[in-house]
Formats: sequence, structure tokens, C-alpha cells
Amino acid sequence: METQAKNPNFNIASKKKKSAELSLGYNPYAKDKLYAVLFLGPSLLILALFVFYPMLRTIYLSFFLTNNLGKPTVFVGLKNYFALFSSNAYINSLIATLVYVIAVSIFTIAIGLVLAQAATKKVAGINFFRTIFSATMGVSVSVAAIFWLFIFNPSVGLLSQLFTALNLTPINWLTEPGWAMTAIVISTVWMNLGFTFLIFFGALQSVPYTLYEAAQIEGVSKSYQFFHITLPMISPTIFFVSIITLIESFKSFGLIDLMTAGGPNNATNLLVYRIYQDAFLNGNYGLASTESVILAVIIALFTFIQFKVLEKRVTY
Amino acid sequence: MTQYKKRKKIQHILHYSLLIILTIFIIIPFLLGLWTSLLPTADISKGALWSSHISLDNYVTAITQTPIIRYLFNSLVISLLTMFAQVIFCSMSAYSFVFLKFKGRDLLFYVFLATMMLPFEAEVIPNFTTVRDLGLLNHYAVMIIPFLTSAFGTFMLRQAFLQIPGELKEAGDIEGLSHWQYYYKVVMPYSKISVYTLAAYSFLSSWNQYLWPMLTTFSDNFRPVQDGLRQLQSQETFNNWGMIQASAAIIIIPTLIALFFGQHYFKSGLNEGAIK
Repeated sequence: METQAKNPNFNIASKKKKSAELSLGYNPYAKDKLYAVLFLGPSLLILALFVFYPMLRTIYLSFFLTNNLGKPTVFVGLKNYFALFSSNAYINSLIATLVYVIAVSIFTIAIGLVLAQAATKKVAGINFFRTIFSATMGVSVSVAAIFWLFIFNPSVGLLSQLFTALNLTPINWLTEPGWAMTAIVISTVWMNLGFTFLIFFGALQSVPYTLYEAAQIEGVSKSYQFFHITLPMISPTIFFVSIITLIESFKSFGLIDLMTAGGPNNATNLLVYRIYQDAFLNGNYGLASTESVILAVIIALFTFIQFKVLEKRVTY
Repeated sequence: MTQYKKRKKIQHILHYSLLIILTIFIIIPFLLGLWTSLLPTADISKGALWSSHISLDNYVTAITQTPIIRYLFNSLVISLLTMFAQVIFCSMSAYSFVFLKFKGRDLLFYVFLATMMLPFEAEVIPNFTTVRDLGLLNHYAVMIIPFLTSAFGTFMLRQAFLQIPGELKEAGDIEGLSHWQYYYKVVMPYSKISVYTLAAYSFLSSWNQYLWPMLTTFSDNFRPVQDGLRQLQSQETFNNWGMIQASAAIIIIPTLIALFFGQHYFKSGLNEGAIK
């Protein structure tokens, strides 16, 4: 109200608007409905066809057995769900996904923070380092897979050569279960770093410099500054990045398909890869739909938490 | 040299060491890929990282003997069309949620928000059936039509449009601008940073699509680069490391250049989204 009163143009403008409405002689919002149909219609149609309908259809299919065209044949109720949760293979897949998601998130955030913190100090050539740190944002999944497949390759790969040079037995990165998971996690983290770095870097720039000046006057150590000023100040951003990374990792598919194809021995057969296998390789659409519903519930839960926290932050 | 200066210098050296170690971790896959793309495969297979025959031969092989350029063209067509469509449709729906008054607006907005919770990966089965029944399989359209709009893009632009001062709308009303005119003469130019960010974001997400094109395209005429590389890998050429690395380099160079020039916009746009 105060700013309105101080701004002399405001009253004139609103008066003019009122007189314009009067002279029009009709409700100026009448046309809005037509515009809403025009502006919102196309988006609504696409979302209905490719987001809402398929979600309902997936839930529906999860209660059925299907033929190889994906058409439901026999209603089985919750049997698909029971079958999944009593299947060791699926539970293992779920555990592998959790291990993957948690490892990827922790390392992405930790290394991303170190990168961002290292890039804030204005030293000579810092722009070069900043560009490098954000570079993996331009790497698509298939290129990342090729780069890392070469590094992890047992005969010609860089790591094998390094191990041999150090007189160590080279690791069969992609054919031993534990190492395959490690390799996938490393590749994913590397791919994530560009984006994570940019976000954290931006957040660090927005921490008021006066806080650090005050800390310096008090003679507080650098690590104390990091844990007691930097981290609390950017905690909303850390939360945002965690949720995004978690959700994206739950949806991982490309690297798995290109690097391990779910193997060895299903060690990297994560949720989305299993859906793909069950539906499009084994033709078991009902079971795959059930797996899809479980995946959707997990992701919806994380997205919901994110919305709730963001909402809180906006009002403050 | 005073004690203080000495400490400063050590800090400086430590800082550079850290920067360099981090740089090595990030840059090694790039450098190794680019470097081996210049070596003959025969030497790479022996595990050699040096060769007396450094050349662009692998690039020539990749371009003449594989459809890599066609894949690149396909991806460019798909990503550009998706990008333009998303900018138009997301901005129009965002406009509706900010500037239009109609019944059920808030409810519809929550419906949009809800779609952000639903992962596309969990819906591929019915979507595959839909595009098969619509006869869209193995065509550019199948990779564009489901992504003409996005709830995320709408949400992002809505946040940007809410920042536009109310006085502008009043001024527009006085000028007698219709919604359509106000949309493209005022709202879009005013929010151009956010619009560019959405454009970059939608281009990149389309470019990086992997699962969906893999399910819906079966010929080199329509296959985008991500799945094209998969195709090259699964063929016998897989052991031709030099050529595979050259193909990867051909694909990565345009995005790296785009990123390099678009970095400024991208950075500010992303952070706007992250902080709000």
C-alpha cells in the first residue's frame, strides 16, 4: 500500500483502467475463457494423452496378465505385486538401485561442493577451471558410456594399464558384480558433476561476502567458516540438488544399457532396466507395469517432498 | 619473506594443486577419448597410447562408413523442433496461469504440477502402445509429439512471468493490447532469460533422450545420435576403438561449443530455478 501511495502514476493508471472498463461496457475477462482454451488446450491435450492416460493405464495393467501385444487378458488383482515382492530377483534389483542411488547422490554432492568451493577463489586462470568443471554438462549418455567403457576396458583400458604398471592385478571392472556397480557409479557421478557444479557455484556466489569478512575479523579458521557459514547458507540448494540427483538416479537407464546391460549376474539390473527387460524383451507387460507403478510411487514421493520444502521456502 | 606471505604462498600452491587434481579427474575421459580418436585402432588394441601414425583417418572412416552424420542430422531436427514447440506451448500455458482469469485455473495448475511427479520411464508401456496404434513408430514425429510441452517448462516460465510488474499489464490494457499481443510484445521479451534457459534445457533433454527413441525407431533414417552410437557399438565395429572414439568426438563437439557460448545464460537461468 505504501509504495502504491508513493507512486503518483499508480492511481492515475488504475483510474484510467476503471474508466476503460466502463466505456467498454462489458466484462473484460469474458475473452479470457477463449484465450485459455487456445493457450492451454494444446498442452493439456498432450499431457492427457502422454502423461495422464498412460499413468492410469499402467496402474490398470498392473492388475492383469497380458498377451505379447500388451493387451490385458486375465485379471489377477494384486498377484503381480505379491509376485514381485516375493521374488529375490526383484528385491535384489531394488537393493541394487538403492545402493546406486545413494552412492551416486553422496559422491555427486560431495565432489560438486568441492569443485564449487575450489572455483570461488579468484586466482589467475580460474575461468579456465570453471569451464572445465562445467564441461560434463555437454556430455550425453552415449558419449559418456564410450569414454568410460574405454577407461574400464580390461585389455586396452587406462586403468588396467595403470594397474599393470604398478604391478597390481588389473580389475575386470565390468564383469565382476561389485566392480561393475562401482564403475557405473563413477561414470554417473562424472556425468552429473557439470550440472551440480554450476548450481553449487551459483549458490556460493550468493552468500553475502560480509559474513566471511566478519568471520575473518573474528579470526575464525577456513574450515569453521565452511561448516558454519557456507553450508548453512546454501543448505536449500544442497537439498534441491539432492532431490534432483536422487530422482534422476532412480530413472537411470542409458549408462546401464550401454555399459553392463544389467549384468554381470544382474548386479546392475536397476529398476528402469528391469522394466525394459520384462516388457520389451520378455513381453511380460503386466509385471512390467507393476514395476512401473512401484517406480512411479517412489519418484512421486521424492518429488512431493521437494515441492513441500520449496513451498515453505517461497513463503519465507 | 614474512611469515604471513609464506603462509599465503603455501595456501596458493595447495589451492592450485586441488584445482589441478579435480581438473584431471574431470578432463581425463575427454582427453583420452579425443586422443585415441587420432590413433590407428591397431595400435590402440595393443594397449599403446602413442603411435607414429597420428591422423584424422578415424574421422574419415566414421563419416564415410557409418551413418553418424545422418544420426547427427536426425537429432538436430528432433531437438530443434522439440525446443521450439516447448518454448511456444509452455509459455502459452504459463501465460494462462498468470494473466488469464477463468474458472478452475488453480485446479488445472495443480494438475500440471502433479504431472511433474510422474516419471516418463514408468509410462513407456502404454505410450509405446499409443504411438504404435497412431502409426507413428519409426518416424521423427514419435520423438517429438509426446514432448511438445512439459509441465516443468510451464512451471519454470510461470515463476518468471509472476515477476513481471503489474503496471506493465495495466499499461498494456490502456494501450488496448489483446492477450495475444501482450504475450508476444511484452511477456516474452521481458522474460527472455528464462525463455532461453527453457530453450537450452528442452534442446538438451531431447538431445539426450535414449530409452524412448531406442524403443520407437528402427532405421538409420530416423535414429538420433544417442541410439546411433549404441547401434555402432553393438555392431562388429565395436572393437574399432579409434572409429568409435572419433564418432563420440563428432557428437560431443557441437554440444561443447553450444555449452561454452551459452554458459552465461544457462548459469543464471539454472540458478533462478534453483533458488526460487
